[in-house]
Amino acid sequence: MASEMVSAKASAFAYAPAPESRSVVDIAPSYGLFIDGEFTEAADGKVFKTVSPSTEEVLSEVARAGEADVDRAVGAARRAFGKWSALPGSERAKYLFRIARIIQERSRELAVLETLDNGKPIKETRDADLPLVAAHFFYYAGWADKLDHAGFGKDVRPLGVAGQVIPWNFPLLMLAWKIAPALATGNTVVLKPAETTPLSALFFADICRQAGLPKGVVNILPGYGDAGAALVAHPDVNKVAFTGSTAVGKAIARQVAGTDKKVTLELGGKGANIVFDDAPIDQAVEGVVTGIFFNQGQVCCAGSRLLVQESIHDELLDSLKRRLSALRLGDPLDKNTDIGAINSAEQLARISSLVEQGEAEGAERWSPSCELPSSGYWFAPTLFTNVTQAHTVARDEIFGPVLSVLTFRTPDEAVAKANNSQYGLSAGIWTEKGSRILAVASKLRAGVVWSNTFNKFDPTSPFGGYKESGYGREGGRHGLEAYLDV
Amino acid sequence: MSDKPKNTGKKTEQKAEQNQRLSVFKTYKLYVGGKFPRSESGRVYEVTDSKGQWLANAPRASRKDARDAVVAARKAFGGWSGATAYNRGQILYRVAEMLEGRRDQFVREVAEAEGLPKSRAAAQVDAAIDRWVWYAGWTDKIAQVVGGGNPVAGPYFNLSSPEPTGVVTVLAPQESSFLGLVSVLAPVIATGNTAVVIASEKFPLPALSLGEVLATSDVPGGVVNILTGGTAEIAAPLAAHQDVNAIDLAGADEALAKELEIAAADNLKRVVRPQPVDYFATPGIDRLTAFLETKTVWHPTGALGASGSSY
Amino acid sequence: MPTTAPPAAHAFTDVTASDSTLRRFLHGLPGVDTVGLEARAAALGTRSIKTTAKAYAIDLAISMVDLTTLEGADTPGKVRALGAKAVHPDPTDRTAPTTAAVCVYPDMVAAAKEAVAGSGVLVASVATAFPAGRAALDVKLADVRDAVAAGADEIDMVIDRGAFLAGRYLKVYDEIVAVKEASGAARLKVIFETGELSTYDNIRRASWLGMLAGADFIKTSTGKVAVNATPANTLLMLEAVRDFRAQTGIQVGVKPAGGIRTTKDAVKFLVLVNETAGTDWLDNHWFRFGASSLLNDLLMQRQKLATGRYSGPDYVTVD
Repeated sequence: MASEMVSAKASAFAYAPAPESRSVVDIAPSYGLFIDGEFTEAADGKVFKTVSPSTEEVLSEVARAGEADVDRAVGAARRAFGKWSALPGSERAKYLFRIARIIQERSRELAVLETLDNGKPIKETRDADLPLVAAHFFYYAGWADKLDHAGFGKDVRPLGVAGQVIPWNFPLLMLAWKIAPALATGNTVVLKPAETTPLSALFFADICRQAGLPKGVVNILPGYGDAGAALVAHPDVNKVAFTGSTAVGKAIARQVAGTDKKVTLELGGKGANIVFDDAPIDQAVEGVVTGIFFNQGQVCCAGSRLLVQESIHDELLDSLKRRLSALRLGDPLDKNTDIGAINSAEQLARISSLVEQGEAEGAERWSPSCELPSSGYWFAPTLFTNVTQAHTVARDEIFGPVLSVLTFRTPDEAVAKANNSQYGLSAGIWTEKGSRILAVASKLRAGVVWSNTFNKFDPTSPFGGYKESGYGREGGRHGLEAYLDV
Repeated sequence: MSDKPKNTGKKTEQKAEQNQRLSVFKTYKLYVGGKFPRSESGRVYEVTDSKGQWLANAPRASRKDARDAVVAARKAFGGWSGATAYNRGQILYRVAEMLEGRRDQFVREVAEAEGLPKSRAAAQVDAAIDRWVWYAGWTDKIAQVVGGGNPVAGPYFNLSSPEPTGVVTVLAPQESSFLGLVSVLAPVIATGNTAVVIASEKFPLPALSLGEVLATSDVPGGVVNILTGGTAEIAAPLAAHQDVNAIDLAGADEALAKELEIAAADNLKRVVRPQPVDYFATPGIDRLTAFLETKTVWHPTGALGASGSSY
Repeated sequence: MPTTAPPAAHAFTDVTASDSTLRRFLHGLPGVDTVGLEARAAALGTRSIKTTAKAYAIDLAISMVDLTTLEGADTPGKVRALGAKAVHPDPTDRTAPTTAAVCVYPDMVAAAKEAVAGSGVLVASVATAFPAGRAALDVKLADVRDAVAAGADEIDMVIDRGAFLAGRYLKVYDEIVAVKEASGAARLKVIFETGELSTYDNIRRASWLGMLAGADFIKTSTGKVAVNATPANTLLMLEAVRDFRAQTGIQVGVKPAGGIRTTKDAVKFLVLVNETAGTDWLDNHWFRFGASSLLNDLLMQRQKLATGRYSGPDYVTVD
């Protein structure tokens, strides 16, 4: 039989390239800012290039918003606010339903666009990002005419102009998380997408146009941190919503001190994924993989710390390594790609530097053998073993495909180690014992706890962190509060 | 204090006239970790009534007292937040019971401090006692009001529940020495947070007396810690303290509030900014929810068996 | 690597010493989370297998088919037709691979042997009072011996689901051991009837039970109940054979049966094999499809790849 097996191996099942067609999306050579329903150049004429992280190909040249543009956009949003907030909720709802439907209609185009601009696999934009984006608009559309029943009192009022700054890891989904509740509650919006991923927000501007959304209700300002800071600081902004790094979140919290701006912050994390010895082991391995390698680990709620019960450490690590060896890294547009590109050269440098630090501090580094493409920004899935709480890779958010493996002996120790972080966004629990799930879940200081699953999202489910992971919740009934004067 | 009292003291006079005996003064002390320490600094400051007459010497808490209070509050957090909501409700109700028994004392202290006629001071104290009762009833209801199941589009049971934020620094209102204090303190601990309270700087005595009531009301030591002294001086290290999770700025003026909010950003404390409040009005749940986190837990459900379920 | 192993020749001798040790072992296996397992199977189902990979997968799938007829109305004529089809699946294209085997009732084994003689196509026979298995052990063993005597290369037995669900694991084990012995040189496929075992935990336990007792293959279903092979239960069994080999060095095959009708389905199963057990199992010695109508769909897809035109049922044989 041995020879047969060898021959079977020799003719291994090599998946042929299965690229999603790029032709479904038409990217213009240049884009403006979207202010008051029109695309317009930046006041100072500045532009920047956005590239595809998997190839470094320039996708388009985009206007770069500055302070004057922020002022213009906030002015437009302010002018639009009166009429928009005075619309019956049922009418606002219909605009949002229209947007949701158009997103569904154009979901393939948007998925390809997002994959091109962000570098994440098409499998994820197609099966996770875009369905969640549409669902989020559907969900909040339905709230628009039911706000009096949301538990925040009768005749609740919107805040005014919302200044929103979103990250590059889920560009369109973060836009949906910000814009859908803001519009449903009657606010108008100025949104700044991240400088490395401006395109899907600009396509969204076109969707607003198709939906007939009144001018000025949504304004999109591609730009850098300076534009974000100007937006946060603008005196006519009533509400600030930010998703991004904890450092910037703290700067925003300082910036709004002493004002009456309402703020929600979704920041960093160092999620613990706790695997007990009685876990459903194959599903736990999948959950650990999903937890840290989904979107190349560039996820604030990633399960970047694996806490495994010492008694099953070796067994779990073997399984994990075997599983990682089956991950397919490469062309993000290929439908079989599991691991795409890192979003930018800067992010790649940050990941590399933290990983080097991990090695320098004595943690043991492992990656499956995996060939990285010659152009673009790539980082192989990486495990660190022999990690203790004192290691940098166990404490700092890496925001990349890097998992730190730590051990524990008892549930108490697992909880203590999981909570031993300045962050408190997410955690995972893997055990077949129901009461242990409930006991551990109740002790974890984290805003989202996944038991026997990981990285699940839903528009009805509130999301947000404890401690330095930020404050406020997005999603669900809870997500309305951030945009209401309550 | 190096300064001598400027007069003989109102309390002394009254008692001496009525009883023909020399009354026993109370030494007002801080309330930290269930104990009544003097300020670590050894400093006190003079508390006078609205006419400037000496009432007592209050401890002038230092930054080290603030630090000790945070340690005590953190230590108490596990037990208090882990207690059943029913149990917390019982204890808060017990506070009201104890206060009722010492009503006259608090009416006198409030009247003296705020310069109110007895009837108006009594109204304040009555409202404060009723407020404890109000919040006692909330402990086991707030989770049902602000938490709940989320109908996610998948085979998962998904539940959001409120949880206390942790250690909360409370700058009690400066003008409403007792009703205001109770109105900002009770909602913090009702949900399982523990508190470090900075009492009204000018009118600290009702707050210190409240400490004595809390100590005899089954409130575990460390759940409430009461500091008196310079509000700005005590608040600054607390606003910057990395082991404090939230801060209620009710007792801060505009400039101080801004300064403290900036300091609070260092570890992203939840901040409640000062705002005008009618403490006689029935409060909403804002002060409860301000110090609650929402935790959402996902559990797979799926079918009963491998072959799917037909019912 | 031995293709079969006598039971108790491996690391688990103690496990099968008594009903209680066996029970303790089986109940100590890691649990299975239903949602997670099904999600993983569904995720692997989204693999896009195109062009050369698809051609490879189709030929591999054809070579893995146990072309099956298990009807009360089976006749030697029907079985001969089936045998001819197994040997030359596509009458218009002799490059199409043969199927792995034909699978028939014991009384049809002789006819089947004759039909596939000299082709390399094996004859498998369902025995042990298939499909219910509700007969005395000696009746089941006689059934097996009949099939073997008639020339069966492979025996597809059913386990006693009643005993399994009643927790009498040792009875199930002993029966498999006895059937294995009666099978002699024939390879033994052990059918769990996963649809009746109902839970994934049971399927994992049954898989280990079967492997401990010396199964050469573990097989999902008879094809005679409502739920037969599914991506999830096959994924779970692939995990079991993978883990069993890691612990014992013994490789066991997997056969999903029933309900796999299209090329698309078959390719999904091959993806499961590839990414769960690995390439060692991508061979008809270690993986089979128990199917009948699947073959024609594979052939039509094969024709489409060869010609660029969609084929139709008139261009494959109806047997």
